[in-house]
Amino acid sequence: MSTTDLSSSNTSADNDLTDTLQQRVTEAVEKKQPLNLRGGASKEFIGFASTATTLDVSGHTGIVSYEPTELVITARGGTTLESLNATLTQHGQMLPFEPPAFSPAATLGGTIACALSGPARPYRGATRDYVLGCRVINGHAHALRFGGEVMKNVAGYDVTRLMTGAMGTLGLLLDTSLKVLPLPEQELTLITESTAAQAIEDMQSMAGLSQPVTASAFIDGRKYIRLSGANNAITAAAKTIGGEISSSQQVWSDLREHKLEFFNSDLPLWRISVPPLTPELPLSGKCLYDWAGMQRWLFSTDDPTVIRSAVESNGGHATLYRASATLKNNAGVFQQPEASIMQLHKRIKDEFDPHGIFNPGRMYTEF
Amino acid sequence: MSNALFSEAPPPMPDATRDALADAFLKILPAESVLRNDEELLPYESDGLAVYQQKPPLVVLPDTVEQVQSILRTCSEHNVPVVARGAGTGLSGGALPLADGIVLGMAKFNSIVNIDEKARTAIVQPGVRNLAISEAASDYNLYYAPDPSSQIACTIGGNVAENSGGVHCLKYGLTVHNVLQVKAVTMDGDLVTFGSTAPDVAGFDLLGVLHGSEGMLAVTVEITVKLLPKPATTRLLMAAFDSVDNAGDAVAAIIGSGVIPAGLEMMDNPAIIAAEAFAKCGYPTDAQALFLCELDGTTEEVTDQMEKVEKIIRQNNVTTLHIAADETERMLLWKGRKSAFPAVGRLSPDYYCIDGTIPRRHLSTVLQKMNEWSEDYKLRIANVFHAGDGNLHPLILFDANIEGELERTEELGGKILELCVEVGGTITGEHGVGMEKINQMCVQFGSNEITQFHALKNAFDPQALLNPGKAIPTLNRCAEFGALHVHHGQLPHPELERF
Repeated sequence: MSTTDLSSSNTSADNDLTDTLQQRVTEAVEKKQPLNLRGGASKEFIGFASTATTLDVSGHTGIVSYEPTELVITARGGTTLESLNATLTQHGQMLPFEPPAFSPAATLGGTIACALSGPARPYRGATRDYVLGCRVINGHAHALRFGGEVMKNVAGYDVTRLMTGAMGTLGLLLDTSLKVLPLPEQELTLITESTAAQAIEDMQSMAGLSQPVTASAFIDGRKYIRLSGANNAITAAAKTIGGEISSSQQVWSDLREHKLEFFNSDLPLWRISVPPLTPELPLSGKCLYDWAGMQRWLFSTDDPTVIRSAVESNGGHATLYRASATLKNNAGVFQQPEASIMQLHKRIKDEFDPHGIFNPGRMYTEF
Repeated sequence: MSNALFSEAPPPMPDATRDALADAFLKILPAESVLRNDEELLPYESDGLAVYQQKPPLVVLPDTVEQVQSILRTCSEHNVPVVARGAGTGLSGGALPLADGIVLGMAKFNSIVNIDEKARTAIVQPGVRNLAISEAASDYNLYYAPDPSSQIACTIGGNVAENSGGVHCLKYGLTVHNVLQVKAVTMDGDLVTFGSTAPDVAGFDLLGVLHGSEGMLAVTVEITVKLLPKPATTRLLMAAFDSVDNAGDAVAAIIGSGVIPAGLEMMDNPAIIAAEAFAKCGYPTDAQALFLCELDGTTEEVTDQMEKVEKIIRQNNVTTLHIAADETERMLLWKGRKSAFPAVGRLSPDYYCIDGTIPRRHLSTVLQKMNEWSEDYKLRIANVFHAGDGNLHPLILFDANIEGELERTEELGGKILELCVEVGGTITGEHGVGMEKINQMCVQFGSNEITQFHALKNAFDPQALLNPGKAIPTLNRCAEFGALHVHHGQLPHPELERF
């Protein structure tokens, strides 16, 4: 057995820019010049806009290693999600957390930094559930390696999970190792007319039936359930669950990429993350329910404090996902954590990036 | 930067400090919860790694969160280290007491606070045993997935501290994948909530960082876990081979085919013989390697996957292939694997368990090397192996009463771990670093990584009082051990003296 030959695969070019990037960070530290880390700029709309000097990491590309029988892939931060997915598909595998790309230019580094997950998230897990290791440049311009390429590894603190979703505020992601999973043999979608309240309950109880459900959403009066697996298994499950069968899975990629008609709006878009079985919230505007009702997309002009407090009182948090810079500046993008947690954030930021070089103010104005 | 980086081993706690602390604790706790006599302290001298022992000066046993907060504030004021402890089943000396610190026993936090059938979550206190969660959830046809082999005794608080795995983690994940929220007390006495029952929280993934942090960042006081529906069908297959290579090829082929078994456990010949002698479970003792492959899901899923797996195994030079006929036989076949440790324990007065993880493709190289070393060191090794995820548990058989044999065992163990790192793996898959593998951390990580680890601890625990000296070595220690990982040919710590 040997590591899969990648020369024939359709991957990004093998281009290791570690030294150059390290040099750029060293210079930035010397000049005390903050950097705006940028891959494909596909998720630049998330968070606060940066005024720092852009450091383009999209040239740092290539799959470093991939061993399909070990379910592990390692790729550089600038590798596009598209080429990564293409390589995995060739070997009948996938990124189980179905990350949204929002643009063909989307990179792995940005995917990990933003930690967005697609429709499969409640069933297969989130980005953070599949990261195994990473190499990062910290604020001392040191290239560090954490975790590894094995699925079980408890040596040292889990810095890889800390980097996942930190929006580049703690370091520059050079490469990431991920657990991958086999692509399902087949998929089908069941569609049923429903109310939101009924759908929230049904989607949650369905996940408790040990059926091969891999996505569920409520969109404009219809409940969508995706089943994945071998033909016999999903056919039998479809009979148990019921609903109109659709063989097209377009709805899930459109949902993931915000290409559904629902997303055609210029109003502020909120991402709401709430515990299972959270009822419909008393907010105006239109709402789409993904992740068995736990991730909601809300176009609303309600006062941000009203939205946030409604969500918070249900144990969740709301992110101002797409909005004008003015609204973001007034309302904040991410929910403010409690004081002790914010204190930890600032201390961790200081320990990784003492000169405040990486993406300052991108996530919170505090750091 | 952390001041723990270059610390030396501390002197024992002075009697006056101990008395003053005991007085302070008696204002927080009832007398029976402050242990200070030798006979009371004895059970706390070691954890599951009994070769390391240290009598603690004091043990406190709180049963409320407020008491934990007061204890930590008191220790913070007096600059006294704290070692949190659950059931003491850890295998790496993570809960080994310190001569200058107290043990914070969390065993009284043993209530299951709530099981939410519809949300499929359980809120539990850290001293609740792992298996007790599944037992309590069973009425609702739910269970808690991570099942470390010590699950009848180990506590969920310890599972969080070690990020424990188990035989089913290839499919169902580790502790970190199954815990939604942790309430923990920081060293300055603050009660902080990490994570949420919502799918995520705003900000950094501090819940992820807490997992596997070996009690060095905060003290866990309440945990919300995810419960899963029990699978409708579970079937077990046993396959035996005349070489470890063939077994390894079959495992790779199964996973390459797109099947993710619920469990995939391999044993080598010495482990098979020991397990069969102990459990009489029907393992073929002439096999050089054997694995158990468990599949679960709906009846249709399992039937489909079983057909696939059977076909693959037959294409890979299997010598015996057997599917458990019923639940009784399934449990019997598992019994052999699950009793491998005590079974090996019968062959030898002592055994030493290793926990390296390797990329599976290097299995035969690593096993071959271990066999050679086994002969060099005149120490027998039996291997059990979480084959799906590459986590090896070589068991080195030795007799601590023979002078020098423990030291040779530790040396051999260290070499095996270093080999795991060399082939791209890690020194610990699920048991943690603790005290035991602290020198090998210097092999796996360079000084910059180790410095960053200390810096991360510093963010949570600036006084470096939570379980200091465990899990992350000081740079001095690495320099003395002489094994720091060399990056790009640069010698580590040119600034330090060599002895």
